[in-house]
Amino acid sequence: MKISVTVNGTVHESDVEPRTLLVHYVRETLGLTGTNVGCDTSSCGACSLHLDGEAVKSCTVLAVQADGAQVTTIEGMATDGEMHPMQKAFMENHGLQCGYCTPGMVMAATSLLKENPNPTEAEVRLGLEGNLCRCTGYHNIVKSVLACAAGE
Amino acid sequence: MTVTDDRPAAVLGTRMLRREDPALLTGEAKYTNDLALPGALSLALARSPYAHARILSVDLSAALAAPGVVAAYAGADLSSLWAAPMPCAWPVTADMKNPAHYPVAIGKAAYVGDAVAVVLATSESAARDAVELIDVQYEPLPAVVDLEDALSDRVVIHDELGTNKSYTWDLKIEDHEGAIDEAFASAAHVVKERYVQQRLLPMAMEPRAVAAVPQPFGGDITLYSSTQVPHILKIMSAITLGIPEHQVRVTTPAVGGGFGSKLNVYAEELLCLALARKHKVPVRWNEERTENAVATIHGRGQIQHMELAADAAGKITAVRVRILGDMGAYLQLVTPGIPLLGAFLYAGVYDIPLYDFSCTSVFTTLTPTDAYRGAGRPEATYAIERAVDTLARQMGIDPMELRKRNFIKKEQFPYTAMTGLVYDSGNHLAAAEKAAGLADYEGVRARQATQNVPGATTLLGIGQASYFEMCGLAPSRVLASLNYSAGGWEAATVRVLPTNKIQVVTGTAPHGQGHETSWSMIVADKLGVSPDDIDVLHSDTAIAPLGLDTYGSRSLPVGGVAIAMACDKVIDKAKKIAAHQLEANEDDLEFSGGTFTVKGSPGKTMPLAAIAFEAFTAHNLPDGLEPNLEAHVTYDPPNFSWPFGTHICTVEVDTETGQVTVLQYVAVDDCGNQVNPLIVEGQVHGGVIQGLAQALFEEAVYDDDGNLKNASLAEYLVPAASDVPGLTLGFTVTPSPTNQLGVKGIGEAGTIGAAPAVINAVVDALSSLGITNMPMPASPHTVWNAIQHAQNGASK
Amino acid sequence: MIPAAFEYVRAGSAAEAISLIGEHGEEAKFLAGGHSLLPLMKLRLASPSVLVDIGRVGDLSYIRDAGDHIAIGALTRHMDVETSALLQEHVPLLAHAAGHVGDPQVRHRGTMGGTIAHADPASDLPATTLALGATYVATGPNGSREIAAADFYQGFLESALEPDEMLTEIRVPKMNGAGWSFQKFNRRAQDWAIVGVAAWRGAAGSGVALVNMGSTPVLATSVSAALAGGASVSDAAQLAASEAEPQSDLNASTEYRTHLAKVLVRRALEQASA
Repeated sequence: MKISVTVNGTVHESDVEPRTLLVHYVRETLGLTGTNVGCDTSSCGACSLHLDGEAVKSCTVLAVQADGAQVTTIEGMATDGEMHPMQKAFMENHGLQCGYCTPGMVMAATSLLKENPNPTEAEVRLGLEGNLCRCTGYHNIVKSVLACAAGE
Repeated sequence: MTVTDDRPAAVLGTRMLRREDPALLTGEAKYTNDLALPGALSLALARSPYAHARILSVDLSAALAAPGVVAAYAGADLSSLWAAPMPCAWPVTADMKNPAHYPVAIGKAAYVGDAVAVVLATSESAARDAVELIDVQYEPLPAVVDLEDALSDRVVIHDELGTNKSYTWDLKIEDHEGAIDEAFASAAHVVKERYVQQRLLPMAMEPRAVAAVPQPFGGDITLYSSTQVPHILKIMSAITLGIPEHQVRVTTPAVGGGFGSKLNVYAEELLCLALARKHKVPVRWNEERTENAVATIHGRGQIQHMELAADAAGKITAVRVRILGDMGAYLQLVTPGIPLLGAFLYAGVYDIPLYDFSCTSVFTTLTPTDAYRGAGRPEATYAIERAVDTLARQMGIDPMELRKRNFIKKEQFPYTAMTGLVYDSGNHLAAAEKAAGLADYEGVRARQATQNVPGATTLLGIGQASYFEMCGLAPSRVLASLNYSAGGWEAATVRVLPTNKIQVVTGTAPHGQGHETSWSMIVADKLGVSPDDIDVLHSDTAIAPLGLDTYGSRSLPVGGVAIAMACDKVIDKAKKIAAHQLEANEDDLEFSGGTFTVKGSPGKTMPLAAIAFEAFTAHNLPDGLEPNLEAHVTYDPPNFSWPFGTHICTVEVDTETGQVTVLQYVAVDDCGNQVNPLIVEGQVHGGVIQGLAQALFEEAVYDDDGNLKNASLAEYLVPAASDVPGLTLGFTVTPSPTNQLGVKGIGEAGTIGAAPAVINAVVDALSSLGITNMPMPASPHTVWNAIQHAQNGASK
Repeated sequence: MIPAAFEYVRAGSAAEAISLIGEHGEEAKFLAGGHSLLPLMKLRLASPSVLVDIGRVGDLSYIRDAGDHIAIGALTRHMDVETSALLQEHVPLLAHAAGHVGDPQVRHRGTMGGTIAHADPASDLPATTLALGATYVATGPNGSREIAAADFYQGFLESALEPDEMLTEIRVPKMNGAGWSFQKFNRRAQDWAIVGVAAWRGAAGSGVALVNMGSTPVLATSVSAALAGGASVSDAAQLAASEAEPQSDLNASTEYRTHLAKVLVRRALEQASA
């Protein structure tokens, strides 16, 4: 089926099998491998990206459902060679170690701040309930998101 | 913030941001399954649905006829590809039983997930679809799930062994045996406890991924793998496949966490290598998460019988330990050695004169166990720290006070333990007091007295764990005494390029630890250059041919120290060149901030940059000195390093639901000098939550037929940010006297301290109900059951 | 993991969707947010041969004041239910419960109609709307009909919807200031409830429904009857599991679930009565 998806600002016209998952579309068809796959039960959030500005788990969306939509992946977060403030906050607060969950965390965290620009620590923790990390114990991830919200 | 400022000497000990991060944060980093490999075939495995079954037949015909399928093989079809069975590098005893283990099972499947056939196809989905078409006829046999049942040999899993027992390994100290019996017989207090270290799934966020790329001619082959151990993997795969070692290159792109689960030589790595060679095309395999749950090693899996004897004053006089270890169906790379890594630590941080340890390990029809964060040491620490709390409860004294009575004292270091090992340095009292202060230990005790009154349904508890970790694995001679088949050294090369940029080549293999940052800090400090002028090369056996990789908190105290020593050798050589060119005596030269200066003649200087270029041109070197400025060191540490600390956890338990809420978690750790406190803190955070997850959330649950009931991240409860607390960290600094950096390692400390601290807190909260023990994970259901049991017991 | 192959058709309106599902028969499934269906399809626990995508039927995403009740279009997403000022004012229990479904990413995609039609006893909103006495509107080839929530859930993942019917609207009575509570007991925030309770209590009486206490969402009518008869909250809560047939699974035995239901119903009613 023919779809047209705007990914990181570029329109892509593609012919996909209906069963193609959005995550496989961006990784394999578009070569945007920054979005990772960590599970097969919509549990880990590693594959989170923005669909029309909101975080979704791209392993649980068909590419055909994104037809006509705006998609932003982790590769689209930096502008003019400058990392997004959330990416910088993760770096400055050591919010990542192995980096595998990180793109999904950044996408979930930016979506969270869009909906709740000044969250409490508890709201950040709950807002990231759908993203698993095995390295950081979350302490510095939460710190990163709070720092980004505070404009630090 | 950037790190481009020109840092002088004081780089060590600063919170330098990680140079690894920009690539990881922007999606530029490539993990193994991100690699584009045109023409690669995808490999998929048919896996046994039975825990124990004879394989009667394997019909591949339908799979072979499926679209995109290039080849399919059963185990027996592949026999000619193996020069040796899959490796176990740790035959802990001379008579250890080790069944032959092949990448694809032949004759019998011994756990759910054991590979029974393999498909190669032009795409991953074609390969996986074809696997569904393979018709395997099985004769199911009884599963062996329970360790004590395994030991009984009711059902023998490996016919050729005649028993399920793999080995018994004793750490019996000469002259202690009679004395120990006497100590227990005459003890004022005796503790006898049974603890279960439940099986855990490591669940690194990146599932495993492998790609083998052959050279069309010449026989060389490159293996890309999501592994912690590229060097060990290279040697072992060469041996197993009978390929000349120099023709195998192993390299790891970015690796998404390991925690021990990627410290192995796996069937899929060997299969990709063997079939890429056979078919002369790249072959790749990507693990799915539910596959990972059964096909990647598990952690823990022990039953511990722990006994303490103490005198009337609470001074512990003897410890006796009996372990029953769950090996799973086969011995993977270091499976049998895991209990031995804890064998020396059951006396914990205490000055205990008598010691008796024995471990028996058995096969079960479950996924093999192997190293998982801490590997043996969390288990040991759990047992001693839980038992010490029990002793305190029996004696009616505060567990903190009891610990203080038994700590090895600061002035006793270096301390020679009865096991023969020498603990390098420590100050347990200082760590415990610092933790007690941060946790407001006395304040919590006071609140507890008013809160935990009869009828209260929200009970407060506080628990402590003080640990000693044996890490920096390790002196090669000690490893030899444990029958480990490799050494414990690490290699480093420091190379000053003609333009004064520096290449560091390390044998460590980071997968999230930030070695590129930390190693550059060590070199910057040593050579007086900016960290930005230093490149750290690793994890490619063609670039870093020598190394023993990253596990066991060894990278800094062995690999980092090797780098510092290589810097010293570079400075020694540079000094010869400087002395020659400055016409000074070597002894009169001082090196500081990257420049040699003649003592007393501040104008006579020569910077390293100039020396590097002189070394490159070789126009004017001292007689006999080789050109270029580089040095290689292979460092075999003289001792383990011994990080330590005290963790204190405060919990509330809702006795109506059994829900445990962690109110506060304090970790005070001492890993000696810290290269980068930012990274140290991150290691502690992650480790603590992994240990807390063992205490409260995680367990591989099997049914009686050997089926893993929670084989996905929807059911296996890796906690999220919403489910765990923030952490309060503190540090003491007691440098290791055995290495020039004074470092000890921090990768596993958090995991070691956390589980006993949390469970001690839960038991403390419930002690007024008569509860003295609590199985892990202390899920609401488990806690509620324990409360019901205690109350029913009390009413009878 | 990817789903088995299927044919994909997109409906532009509810009428077209119903016509398409009629055309393709029982092998066809509606696809809304996909957050109940796609996970099953990935694990190959469901393999429909045709998916009728109703995600673009724009006229089914709304939250409207309809006098004595609030009308919610079936394609309204959980996030929109959670943040709706209208629902927060008139049906705060539902808005609050919607904020507990899955995780934010799920709530950005999952729809009210999807979760009701899927009829999962472990989901939060079927039980919540059941407690609130909601009415569901089903539309088929012959027009629309109303189904009371109490009549809708017929078995595990089975509803009163006919194969050619589509759930189009959820009508939730206004709570008129009644006290309420939503208790979700689980081990990780993102998970389904081990046991959940949605409860309200006010001038009109009370409503209590249980999550994951049987093969369908369970209306705890004995509790409400006891309260109406003057029983204390703690006495009424003892009847929490009277209508339930809880299963035993990895997280809880039947006995523990029954116990939890009583504790959580008591706590919910205490909160709703405060």
